[in-house]
Amino acid sequence: MKTFRITALLAGIGLLAAACGTSVPSGALTELGDGEGELNLVIWVGYAERGEVDPGYDWVTPFEDETGCMVSTTNMNSSAEGVQLLRSGEYDGGSFSGNASVPLMLAGDVAPVNTDLLSNYANVFAGLKDKTHNSLDGVAYGVPHGRGPNVLMWNTEEVTPAPTSWDIIWEDAGDYAGKISIFGVSDFIADAALHLMVKNPDLGITNPYQLNQEQFDAAIALLEEQKSHGVIYWSDAFDQITTFASGDAVVGTSWQFQANTLAGGDPPEPIEATVPAEGSTGWSDTWMIAKNAAHPNCMYLWMNHMMSAEANGQATVWFGEAPTSQAACDYAEGLSPGHCEQTHATDEAYYDKIWYWATPRADCGDEDAATTCKDQDAWLAAWAALTGS
Amino acid sequence: MTAPNPVTIDPPVERSLGRRVASWLYSRPRTQLRLLLAWPLGWMTAAYFGSLLILLLGAFWTKDSLTGKVIPFSWSLDAFGNLFGAEVYRTVAFRTIGIAVLVTLTAALLAFPIAYYMARIASPRTRRLLVVAVVMPLWAAYLVKIFAWRTILQGNGVLEWVLSPFGFESSGLVELVNSWLVLTYLWLPYMILPVFAGLERIPNSLLEASADLGGRAGVTFRRVVLPLVFPALVAGSIFTFSLSLGDYIVPDLVSDTKFIGNIIYDNSTLGNVPLAAAYALLPIVVVIGYLLVARRLGAFESL
Repeated sequence: MKTFRITALLAGIGLLAAACGTSVPSGALTELGDGEGELNLVIWVGYAERGEVDPGYDWVTPFEDETGCMVSTTNMNSSAEGVQLLRSGEYDGGSFSGNASVPLMLAGDVAPVNTDLLSNYANVFAGLKDKTHNSLDGVAYGVPHGRGPNVLMWNTEEVTPAPTSWDIIWEDAGDYAGKISIFGVSDFIADAALHLMVKNPDLGITNPYQLNQEQFDAAIALLEEQKSHGVIYWSDAFDQITTFASGDAVVGTSWQFQANTLAGGDPPEPIEATVPAEGSTGWSDTWMIAKNAAHPNCMYLWMNHMMSAEANGQATVWFGEAPTSQAACDYAEGLSPGHCEQTHATDEAYYDKIWYWATPRADCGDEDAATTCKDQDAWLAAWAALTGS
Repeated sequence: MTAPNPVTIDPPVERSLGRRVASWLYSRPRTQLRLLLAWPLGWMTAAYFGSLLILLLGAFWTKDSLTGKVIPFSWSLDAFGNLFGAEVYRTVAFRTIGIAVLVTLTAALLAFPIAYYMARIASPRTRRLLVVAVVMPLWAAYLVKIFAWRTILQGNGVLEWVLSPFGFESSGLVELVNSWLVLTYLWLPYMILPVFAGLERIPNSLLEASADLGGRAGVTFRRVVLPLVFPALVAGSIFTFSLSLGDYIVPDLVSDTKFIGNIIYDNSTLGNVPLAAAYALLPIVVVIGYLLVARRLGAFESL
């Protein structure tokens, strides 16, 4: 009986400390236990490899061996789809870009993260922490995975000279009519807006995700013009890989992942990718834990694993994005020399030109009550009208 | 006739519940039937109509614009407003129904001669072989067949290889015509089989009578065969029409165009469930209308 009381007292003190401590946000895990044996994740393609494509890239099997958490994954084709998948309640967490992470945080679908339980969190570049896409009111809701730009990809045999500007998919789309591959989700409206930001400064676009009616209409008009040249919309990364491999598409918007897969394939395809001078849209992804995760310990172990030098180094080289820590950079060097310079891992000035995916908001995401913007629903409806008719 | 002797009644024994229920049911055959059917029908009602009802309820809910979360029981007609407000949903509806009609007509035209040969000309042995040949594609998975068509239609594919000597270039996996082609291929057996059964049922004597009365082949076909086999054609068309109307994988994989199903799928995966649910009402209404017409044409007797 006495021992019980002491235990209870200690537990009470522990709870009190947890409640008062500044570092543990409410709703977050306070203590890390053993893995529950299972982990279900929503991921971007290529974010959880187990060496099936290339035995040299396997960061899932070591995790399973070490923690006993068996990983199963579902790919999302777009952020909006990822949000719906997580809300199905069947997942413990996932890797989310800004246009998924913010709605998930605001709607309370994801839980705050107690970063004290994650030993690798201290190694992560400070420039990636406490951002609007991974924290709310100064509370972390996830850990960084990696970041990168959407790229312009082309077939070097069909497209000469090598393009250096996005013009090839906009004003000059007629040059490769019918063979242009375009990211087929509503987020791509931002790419049109970004192009207008450079080409048509009079419109006054300052953020390609927050567009007023006039700016939005201009972006849609640009997309309609592009569509009239015959574009192929892709939503599944492997679908786009097939289209480029068969020669149905020769130029388009892509991720470094597809370019790596095509150029490193067997046989290697003559594919290159670049970020044109105007800059690009892009992402900075975050591993988040679902509010009612069935396997929270496994999810914490996974988040910590994905910040380790080995896993983060492999994953970011595999996808072609920037690692999140110096240790991961050093590890990545052994896989792909110069990886961190090429992906500008610590170059914040470079990423100032990359517009991370964000959610279009009716209030334009700013404090100014006078401005109104087209919200996510308007983007989805306009995209449906563009691609459906 | 001879009643049991009332003198030798057994002493009352404690009967088990099961036996008592059984003997109670024995004298009530209708209750037996009801209880038997209650389970499958109840399951069907709950699982099928229940989920359909929830889907349709969703059409009258709203969603939070910023987080994209659907708010249950927040009644509104916004989804229908959005649906009627945008041209694209009409375009897609007409496209889908148009292709479904086209697929049905093409399948009927292709199916008729095949079914006619099978039913009336081929020897029993050939007929059996042909039935197997018609049914065989149904053994292969639906997706496998679509992907086979992708390799035919895509750039550098089989079609381009065949046609390039004649100066044709494949248009790749973009054109709407691909959907028409692949859907016709997929649903053709569903048209052939009812038409085959319908033709088989026409007695030879009717054709002979028509010939005796001076009816030439054309007249016999128009005035005897076609009216008799028409319900079977309508029965087949129920399959080809409704299967084409609901398909969303074929248009996505071979033609890069949107059908009703694609709009529903896109909106449900992207979180606009109210719009998806509202749009889902359209094919339901169309198919119910089609079935009512088909019933009037006597198709259900030919299934």
